[in-house]
Amino acid sequence: MAGPETTVHDSFADAFAAANATSRWKKYLPERIIKAVLFVCAIASIFTTVGIVSVLIFEAALFFQEVTIWEFLTNTKWTPLFASKNFGILPLVTGTLLTSIGAMFVALPLGLMSAIYLSEYAPEVVRQIVKPILEILAGIPTVVYGYFALLFITPILRAINDDISVFNGLSASLVMGIMILPMVSSLSEDAMRSVPRSLREGAYALGATKLEVSTRVVFPAALSGIVAAFILATSRAIGETMIVTIAAGQNPTFTLNPFVPIETMTAYIVQVSLGDTPTGTLEFKTIFAVGLSLFVITLAMNLLSQFIVRRFREVYE
Amino acid sequence: MKSVADNSPIIETRDLNVYYGPTCVISGVDMEVETHKITAIIGPSGSGKSTLLRCFNRMNDLIPSFHMTGSVLFAGRDLYDAGVDPTEIRYQIGMVFQRPNPFPKSIFDNVAFGPRVNGFRGDMNALVEDSIRRAALWDEVKDRLKESALSLSGGQQQRLCIARALAVQPQIILMDEPCSALDPISTLAIEELMRELSNDYSIVIVTHNMQQAARVSDYTAFLNPGEDKTSELIEFDETRQIFTNPKDERTEAYITGRFG
Repeated sequence: MAGPETTVHDSFADAFAAANATSRWKKYLPERIIKAVLFVCAIASIFTTVGIVSVLIFEAALFFQEVTIWEFLTNTKWTPLFASKNFGILPLVTGTLLTSIGAMFVALPLGLMSAIYLSEYAPEVVRQIVKPILEILAGIPTVVYGYFALLFITPILRAINDDISVFNGLSASLVMGIMILPMVSSLSEDAMRSVPRSLREGAYALGATKLEVSTRVVFPAALSGIVAAFILATSRAIGETMIVTIAAGQNPTFTLNPFVPIETMTAYIVQVSLGDTPTGTLEFKTIFAVGLSLFVITLAMNLLSQFIVRRFREVYE
Repeated sequence: MKSVADNSPIIETRDLNVYYGPTCVISGVDMEVETHKITAIIGPSGSGKSTLLRCFNRMNDLIPSFHMTGSVLFAGRDLYDAGVDPTEIRYQIGMVFQRPNPFPKSIFDNVAFGPRVNGFRGDMNALVEDSIRRAALWDEVKDRLKESALSLSGGQQQRLCIARALAVQPQIILMDEPCSALDPISTLAIEELMRELSNDYSIVIVTHNMQQAARVSDYTAFLNPGEDKTSELIEFDETRQIFTNPKDERTEAYITGRFG
């Protein structure tokens, strides 16, 4: 019935199919190359991570052949560079804890309040000026913060209270708090702004004031994001190196007194890496054990933050 | 509860003009919302139905470029007087939104939110139960008050939002297309609920669904944008009148589906 038409149609279809086969191949060649290149890039970062972790574990394993894990975790003296050697990491851990917790005492309230202000109160004009300025803070090299702590904050603290040493945990904590402030405020603000407008309207319609809307609706709804920001900032503080190396001292002390010189885990690694400790010695291997401990702590924090975000994230609509 | 005041309108607008920045979006609205009746606001999309509704509880104050002239009287008092605190107004006027917007809290805490922020001192359990019962949701949620409100279905969430609005014991409830995100069965449940609630409350409902306006409302206001995009109140009358014998040909054109 439609014989001739079908033939014409079929020959067109064949021609198209043939043309498509070659042109499709040509068309998708660059696509395939790009895909391969991108894959290699992605794999590279995984290999690097695996490499770093295996070096850490391998070298730390050598260290633990000579020092027991028990001694490492319970001894309260850290003197690997002295004649009478002690390998207890606790003084370095308390140093890191002290400065990190101190930094969070600064960054959490300030960061949260500025996030609430920027997300709920600030007029758009103010927000567009303040937010970039806050983010500039994040761009300042940490070595500059270190000198700022040592040469500006410490003299002020010492003028207030002369019990405070030149090197102390307090000054480093305060400045480190300022350093991670933009991270806390920016991430918390993002979390609060992503709370749907309809929730705010629902609360306003019930006669809530702006403060009640911010603290009783927006803040709890954004809590998972805020906690994640808080944990990320904490692990940033734990890993921070320059500020504590410059301002907190290099004197491993098992103490939570913020006025005396201390040493953090990161500052110790700097000290050994820069100094004239011969490679391959037990003293040198300590930095891998300390590095591995640091890695385990920050990894745990990051996993915790991911868990919290997944577990407590509210999905709207 | 019923008194002389029942005969007078609970909300009255007088020559209400609404502006966003320099643009006039609604002009010259004079209408009343009768006590214990359901008043529907209909009109094509973009005709300012929600904007008009939000003038009744000062929700538009949240939009920086909003301003208005004329007056909105609530129980005889001008809502936009200098001395009026908008949070206090919103406490007396409940509102239900287009999409269910329960807070990410428990069912109980959702209903208790309004009373709590307004300093309610009394039996919170009884108030919450009563509000949920009035919203015809009690049997479905009575055993799971501690569960998250987000675990409810869309229709249940919307009834929870109605319960939440009732918990502040308002005199009037504003509903902004409350069924537009719901399936037909949930819609029917909400409509039945509205009829039930109109015994005790005055209700204003914005709807784009003319059948809904015809089914549930006692009075209907028809808003329509003119040539210059400024909306006017074309006709306001008893619903029966609007749908059987409209006075204005634009109303007739709209309800017979010739545009909109």
